[in-house]
Amino acid sequence: MESRETWVALSALQHLLFCERQAALIHVERLWVEDVNTAKGRLLHERVDLPGHDARPGRRVERAVRLGCQRLRLTGRADLVEYHPDSTSPTGWRPFPVEVKRARRKSEEADRVQLCAQALCLEEMHGVDVPEGALFHGAEHRRQAVRFDARLRTLTEDAVARMHELLARCQVPAVPRAPKCEKCSLESRCLPQVTAGQRRASDHLRRMVEPVEF
Amino acid sequence: MTTALNTLFITLEGARLNKEGERVVVTLHDEKKAEVPLRHLRSVVCLARAWMTPELLESCVEAGIHVSFFGMTGRFLARVEGLPGGNVLLRRAQFRAADDGARTLEIARAVVVGKLGNARQFLMHARRDAVEERKPVLEEAVRRLSGHLRALERAEDLEQVRGLEGIAARDYFEVFPSLLKGEARRFTFDGRNRRPPRDPLNALLSFGYALLAQDCAGALAGVGLDPAVGFLHEDRPGRLSLALDLMEELRAPVVDRLVFSLVNRGQLKPEDFKTEAAGGVLLRDEARKAFLVAYQSAKQVEVQHVFLGQQTSWGLVPHLQALLLARVLRGELDGYPPFAVR
Repeated sequence: MESRETWVALSALQHLLFCERQAALIHVERLWVEDVNTAKGRLLHERVDLPGHDARPGRRVERAVRLGCQRLRLTGRADLVEYHPDSTSPTGWRPFPVEVKRARRKSEEADRVQLCAQALCLEEMHGVDVPEGALFHGAEHRRQAVRFDARLRTLTEDAVARMHELLARCQVPAVPRAPKCEKCSLESRCLPQVTAGQRRASDHLRRMVEPVEF
Repeated sequence: MTTALNTLFITLEGARLNKEGERVVVTLHDEKKAEVPLRHLRSVVCLARAWMTPELLESCVEAGIHVSFFGMTGRFLARVEGLPGGNVLLRRAQFRAADDGARTLEIARAVVVGKLGNARQFLMHARRDAVEERKPVLEEAVRRLSGHLRALERAEDLEQVRGLEGIAARDYFEVFPSLLKGEARRFTFDGRNRRPPRDPLNALLSFGYALLAQDCAGALAGVGLDPAVGFLHEDRPGRLSLALDLMEELRAPVVDRLVFSLVNRGQLKPEDFKTEAAGGVLLRDEARKAFLVAYQSAKQVEVQHVFLGQQTSWGLVPHLQALLLARVLRGELDGYPPFAVR
């Protein structure tokens, strides 16, 4: 099994569901490329602004909350956690994670998994059930409820396990070029056309030493 | 003061650089000379003695902007950067490969194939434009380089590879006088010399290679490789051996081509240089500036990357090659594919 010192970042799950190679390049190889989209996303997260949701009575809102789950060795930060009053909770409060997304639902599954991972952290940290959260789409200014059902929880725990495996083996899987590569800010560093094995350096070198004609 | 391809060059002696908001502001004697947003920058290169505030230096380090300092002759002095990028495992793979004779030979051979192949292409292009009476000289040099390339394929150890590289370099530089046209024939060239360069063309080559070496070092550090641990070039304290390895294939198409186009177009003349008492030759300030501007604009020129099958710019070539080298060291590629000029 993997080392006890390896922790999976909450953000890695999003990357993993989009592309295993992307996740490994960022979290194993530590590559990062800031492009227009990642910069916009970062700025959005720097000043998360959810109109109409702060003002509700009795509701506490915490931003940039540090989260962790010892059981899954999962750690990171939530954009925003709301604490709703709830008499059925032993603490009188029910945490409700909200994840802010700039893009228009690139991969809803990935977003849901990331949110569910936050819920797993909150459950362990507060010792209460977290049955529900929401995705907030910046572009649409719309909030969408997400239920953390058994299927989503399994999917999330499987993703955490897979990420642990990549980190422990320091493995960067080769993935063939796909249409989604165009949406990836790491494309220029990933060189998918090379690593899927279509190009051989030895052929290239042989052509470089061929005689030339005048 | 020049900025191009995300590099800010400081050429004013005594310039002050400080941070205002998210911008770098350059002043000389309280007069504002330039202003550049930090996020546009990848590196700051000081070619004159300049001041930099600690606040700006901190921001540069945090944003991954390399700051390097050169002496007046273009000699590299220092470089400030944050923690190494990339992955410690990649660096270990690099060190292991450098300690492995077979892998070192394989990469060093590829590096020299790149150098000779591109030198040959450079002479082929020059031959096409040359007057009839010069063609035989250039053709003979091309034939010799072809012979050395064939011999490289059979080289059994590093010493043979290095030996072939040395012979090929002599054959290559020997024809440099034949590349001069018209008025530029006032320049003389009697082989490569350096430390210090003893004629204007050698001074230009040295200055250009120093800039290119820094670009290569930055590109290697950017992918998390150690620029000091090389294959063709042995480790030596203070030497960026891997940057020198990476630079080999780019010397002719980037620096040599630029030097000859500048002198043949009359943009640089023998009068643009000064000779020191002991015979070392230096570029005058205006010539240094002209060379820098030309070097930076050359980086914007589009070029075909044959191996990757995509268009890129000369400025990005060192970065792509550094990435390919990282892929080789990680075992994702069957060998190092040098950049090939068509």
